[in-house]
Amino acid sequence: MKALDQLLDRQANPAATVLISGAHLLDPRASLDGPADMILRGGAVAEVGAPGSLAAPEGAEVVHAEGLHAFPAFVDPHVHLRTPGREDEEDIETGTRAAAAGGYGAILAMPNTDPVVDSASVLLSLRERARAEARIPVGFTAAVTMGQRGEQLTEMAELADVGAVAFTDDGLPLRSAGMMRQALQYQRLAERNIALHEEDPALSAAGVMHEGEVSALLGMAGIPSVSEAVMVARDVELAAYEEGRIHVQHVSARETVAVLERARAAGVAVTAEATPHHLLLTDECVRHLDARYKMNPPLRAEADRQALIDGLRSGVLSCIATDHAPHAREEKEEPFEVAPMGVTGLETAFAAVYTELVVPGILDLGLVVERLTAGGEPFGLSVPTLAKDSPANVCLVDLDAEWEVGEAGYESRCTNCAFGGRRLTGRVRMTIAAGSVAFRERSFAIGAVA
Amino acid sequence: MKRHLLSVDDLTREDIERVLGRAESFAEVSGREIKKVPTLRGRTVINLFYEASTRTSSSFELAAKRLSADLVSVKAVGSSVDKGESLKDTIQTLSAYDPAAIVFRSPHAGAAGLVARWTRASVINAGDGKREHPTQALLDLYTLRRRVGRLEGLNVWIVGDVLHSRVARSNILAFGRMGCQVTVCGPPTLIPRGVESLGCEVRTTLDDLGEADVIYALRMQRERMAGFFVPSLREYATRYQIDGRRLASNQLVMHPGPVNRGVELSAEVIDSPQALISHQVESGVVVRMAVLYELLAGGPPGDLMQGRSALSNETSEPQPA
Repeated sequence: MKALDQLLDRQANPAATVLISGAHLLDPRASLDGPADMILRGGAVAEVGAPGSLAAPEGAEVVHAEGLHAFPAFVDPHVHLRTPGREDEEDIETGTRAAAAGGYGAILAMPNTDPVVDSASVLLSLRERARAEARIPVGFTAAVTMGQRGEQLTEMAELADVGAVAFTDDGLPLRSAGMMRQALQYQRLAERNIALHEEDPALSAAGVMHEGEVSALLGMAGIPSVSEAVMVARDVELAAYEEGRIHVQHVSARETVAVLERARAAGVAVTAEATPHHLLLTDECVRHLDARYKMNPPLRAEADRQALIDGLRSGVLSCIATDHAPHAREEKEEPFEVAPMGVTGLETAFAAVYTELVVPGILDLGLVVERLTAGGEPFGLSVPTLAKDSPANVCLVDLDAEWEVGEAGYESRCTNCAFGGRRLTGRVRMTIAAGSVAFRERSFAIGAVA
Repeated sequence: MKRHLLSVDDLTREDIERVLGRAESFAEVSGREIKKVPTLRGRTVINLFYEASTRTSSSFELAAKRLSADLVSVKAVGSSVDKGESLKDTIQTLSAYDPAAIVFRSPHAGAAGLVARWTRASVINAGDGKREHPTQALLDLYTLRRRVGRLEGLNVWIVGDVLHSRVARSNILAFGRMGCQVTVCGPPTLIPRGVESLGCEVRTTLDDLGEADVIYALRMQRERMAGFFVPSLREYATRYQIDGRRLASNQLVMHPGPVNRGVELSAEVIDSPQALISHQVESGVVVRMAVLYELLAGGPPGDLMQGRSALSNETSEPQPA
């Protein structure tokens, strides 16, 4: 598959010349794991050498990174930039700034905007805005069906021609199996992956949280875990039949992980993602009816969470995606059943997963970094690496820094973070995306220019 | 007691005992010609109902008035809620009147808890969505205890639409807390998955109904049920209606009202002396007086003397059962 990297858009920022000295480089795909110096120049990793071995090129910024880790910048395949339509909640600039602050070097934006990205004109205007505003490269996805109504395919081939990186009706499932089949057939022309928000509308019905003991206690309508699994089972069968490929978004249920395992074992081209909130939180959080814990799919039971962690470890869930979904404060200050679904996540993803899964020894740091960088791979984007001569996509992280996720201080326009109030370990200090400095923590000391 | 009454879970067994005891003493007041005590004179109670209610709103009104509080009743229809004002703004507006208590009913679970975050008043949950209705549970405990003399060890069957019933949820918790053994029974489509975790057994037939001391029938909402959650109300009634044939002579029947005659209960049962339904309605006022009293004037049990001293000028009459 040819890399679709050239379909990503961002501001025309100059390439930085940077010597990162003494960071611990960790990049499992490039078998890098140890202290080194690294020079970024001309948009690429120009040199990697033993600590102290590299001299700063003329005009280079020197970053004294002893004690920090350098990872390949992360890639998030699932971000809601809310543009066009709800620029009060997020726009391309704030969303990509938030991504850069989270260590991300590229993101994919979802098309469930107002208007929906279902025509070449909407897509092209977004790409133009991204070239003016985006701090890091953004790929735009287009809807599978017109207006995401599930009734008529979008002009998938034409949308692919003008730069759609993938297709998805995210936020809604493709209710009709027949429509799903047509999309898979058209995939042969469009040559793009189809990302799927999986739930059966009849099973989810009016549900607002996971169906289980907590929903029974609270008297709120539940979304059963099988609502997701039966839809995934349907779609892997269709993908197998049409020899297509699909990507399952935000997997939440253990039954879904089992369906995916079987499908992959049978050779179906299916990938899947998990979010930090589904990996770390359960429906117990909903007991106090705080709408910050309302999202779709919902936080599920502990057994589901454990299955997701196992799936991430085995690779059935090949990447971590945030499903960053900003909502205005007043919308979340409503009773749980009324408040909109979704949480922000770009700025906390690494620290949350690191704190809850790596520090206690549940997952290796290398594996988590790999899953955070692999988000573009299902869509034909190249995976960032620190190997010499590859594009310069790096994030510098202080694994010892502790911080409290607050009510304020986000780069995002919104504060509806599911990890608000928690103490996390691990702080992104600097992000270089596609060769340019995209984020630098304000308090982070910048070395002298050589 | 805590400052708010949002859930039965907020109440210890001792709290419940105290409310029931207080209600007993207010029952004495209710038996008099002048049913008012000055306990809450000068204090404001706001009744804020975002959902239709007859029994709960009227009994809270009477309770507040009999405690001499200044009462303001606000209904969503015709208020600024109709104009799109957010719940938070409505609460902050009403809180500017410095109410001692806000009695709040909402169609949404947890809404009373949100209100409690936004006001200095004590918040009483008068029903939040399908979640809880704690004062209904208290008046049910009160009614049953007055009839039987105890609660400990009673076997209570809650029959019907458990899924959509806030009364069921509050009562499972409340009966359980007072030492009753609770069973819920209904068609599988109306029993929420995981309900056992509230501390009850689950049955889907009335075969073992004979073990119950008390049968608590829930309201079937006709408009919502037929053809969706149950195939038909006719079939439901044949399998789950409490009628004279199913009701043993030693069993008591309760219902939160309003009753669908001929659906969950047969007419003969409703009108039989084994039914406590009208007693439940009567109890509503004194139990809600007791809740207001405990939250607003509460403190150590001796405090009721304040109320009693005001009563002492009146002639003491025997209270009705």
